[in-house]
Amino acid sequence: MKNHPIGYSAVAEVNRMRERRSQWQIVKLELSKAPYSAWFGIIVILAYFFVALFAPLLAPHGEAEIFTSSFAPWGGEHVFGTDQIGRDIFSRLIYGARNTIGIALATTLVSFAIGGSLGLVAAISGGWTDQILSRLVDVLMAIPGLIFALMLLTIFGSSILSLILIIAVLDSTRVFRLTRSVAISVVVMDYVEAAKLRGEKLAWIMRREILPNIMPPLIAEFGLRFSFVFLTIAALSFLGLGIQPPTADWGSMVRDNASMIQFAKYDLTAALTPMLPAGAIALLTVAVNFVVDWFLDKTSGIKDEH
Amino acid sequence: MHPILITIIQRLLLGLLTLFFVSIIIFSSIEFLPGDFTQAILGQAATEETVAAFRRELGLDQPAYIRYFDWIGAVLQGDFGSSFSGRNSSGVDRSRAVIDLVAPRLGNTLFLAGMAAIVSIPLSLILGITAALYRNSIYDRSVNALTLTTISFPEFFLAYLLILFFSSLWPVFPSLANVNIDTSLGERIYKCVLPALTLTLVIVAHMMRMTRAALINLLASPYIEMSQLKGISKAKVILRHALPNAWAPIATVIAFNLAYLVVGVVVVEVVFVYPGIGQLMVDSVTTRDIPVVQACVLIFATTYILLNLTADIIGIVTNPRLLHPK
Repeated sequence: MKNHPIGYSAVAEVNRMRERRSQWQIVKLELSKAPYSAWFGIIVILAYFFVALFAPLLAPHGEAEIFTSSFAPWGGEHVFGTDQIGRDIFSRLIYGARNTIGIALATTLVSFAIGGSLGLVAAISGGWTDQILSRLVDVLMAIPGLIFALMLLTIFGSSILSLILIIAVLDSTRVFRLTRSVAISVVVMDYVEAAKLRGEKLAWIMRREILPNIMPPLIAEFGLRFSFVFLTIAALSFLGLGIQPPTADWGSMVRDNASMIQFAKYDLTAALTPMLPAGAIALLTVAVNFVVDWFLDKTSGIKDEH
Repeated sequence: MHPILITIIQRLLLGLLTLFFVSIIIFSSIEFLPGDFTQAILGQAATEETVAAFRRELGLDQPAYIRYFDWIGAVLQGDFGSSFSGRNSSGVDRSRAVIDLVAPRLGNTLFLAGMAAIVSIPLSLILGITAALYRNSIYDRSVNALTLTTISFPEFFLAYLLILFFSSLWPVFPSLANVNIDTSLGERIYKCVLPALTLTLVIVAHMMRMTRAALINLLASPYIEMSQLKGISKAKVILRHALPNAWAPIATVIAFNLAYLVVGVVVVEVVFVYPGIGQLMVDSVTTRDIPVVQACVLIFATTYILLNLTADIIGIVTNPRLLHPK
């Protein structure tokens, strides 16, 4: 036994004041114990956000800048060649990070603002408010999300604002369900009752009594919803109904360059061009899933096995 | 009456109610169109009479609730109205009935989804059961990692990966699934291999993981420990003791994933230019052809609701505690 040297005293250990760790120290400690998959996920996510933030500095060419040679091969002035109308693929990939991630992030935030607050209201108020909100959500969830989004885009057209609002509203139904179900077990606590008796307002109870207690599942859900929203927007853009040109976006880049795949026999790099944005989408979702997996494991011990 | 029958009837009524509300949502989509949409469809040169006639045909001069019942009555008889495309400003109406556009494509979509289902259900059951059987082995871990990755991939990424390897680099299957009525069954299957494989990869991952989770959940229960202590083989524990009790969650998982196929099929059809209902829907959204979009959404939503309802009912019927109440 290597520990327990002669000077060891059980009394001293018991009486030692419990170390108070700052938030940052706790985070560092948890990170040092994180599995490789989580580390991989965190690094990938950070890299994506770095690229998204500094896109104009990193990109060699402009987002919609058109060059004379269309479908230029890899290498030379254009690292990944140019697309069908002569725009630099590498630059568009970098700007695409900014647009695609930015819009997905905005959508997820709006969706949490709507779904989270309504879920809390439903959980605290109960009764008719809860019944009406829950049944409304049931009906909205009965239509598959992508299909519903397609229908709403027919009506409202595909501008970036309507894209964000439509997907946020549709996605908020799932946030509502989760928030309501975790909040309901907190609402019955005595301290919430006490706050109500004190005459605190609904907003105060939501923010100060309930929200801090349901944060961990909501944070994990944020990751999951983000990757879901991200995939939905990518799918819509791929179908030509999401983010519109000339704004660079990974989903529409796949669609625009898809025909190059058939040249794989002659020039493999050309065939890989449409795979780059598709791979960029896939890599980010995998990374987010890895981190969420680890986080869920950490905060609640919930896992699909055991 | 048996309590289980009452529960089932309740669920069915609830399903009908949901369908009713969904149909109202779908119907009211036309209400939100900008007021001049008839002009936009018929073109700038349309005379006032043509526009007025078109508005009358759509029943826009009547209150919404009357139009709703007219619409839903016609839909129940298989009449979805006529498409917006093919009309022009001179009042000549070359539009086609929506049902003629939808019906052949619905058949194609069902064929593709069916093909994916036939392959993926047995495959995911085998993978799920063997993964639970050899839990924590290298086999289990690699199947797990692989399925977690395919779940995270967008459908079009998987589809293009398959095209790259099996159509471009090693040309064994076509990358275009352009079937029509004259295509023979064998050729149809051959052309659908890659799209069906894409869908299979997506839903096998979900189904396999959920099957494995359902089985492993059961393996923790005392009666399984008992059977292990008796000394019977691992395979027998799973197949004879665990599996019968796992059928309910597994059946739910299958129905749930078939419902998921409904959504996945849209993107896959577009990638492989397959003449299915998903492709039709995307085209109609682009041209803002509301009657066709409405018909497609209604079909997708109904399938989705019915499959989820089936999953629900299977869950109730196979639950021994509900079947034999005290």
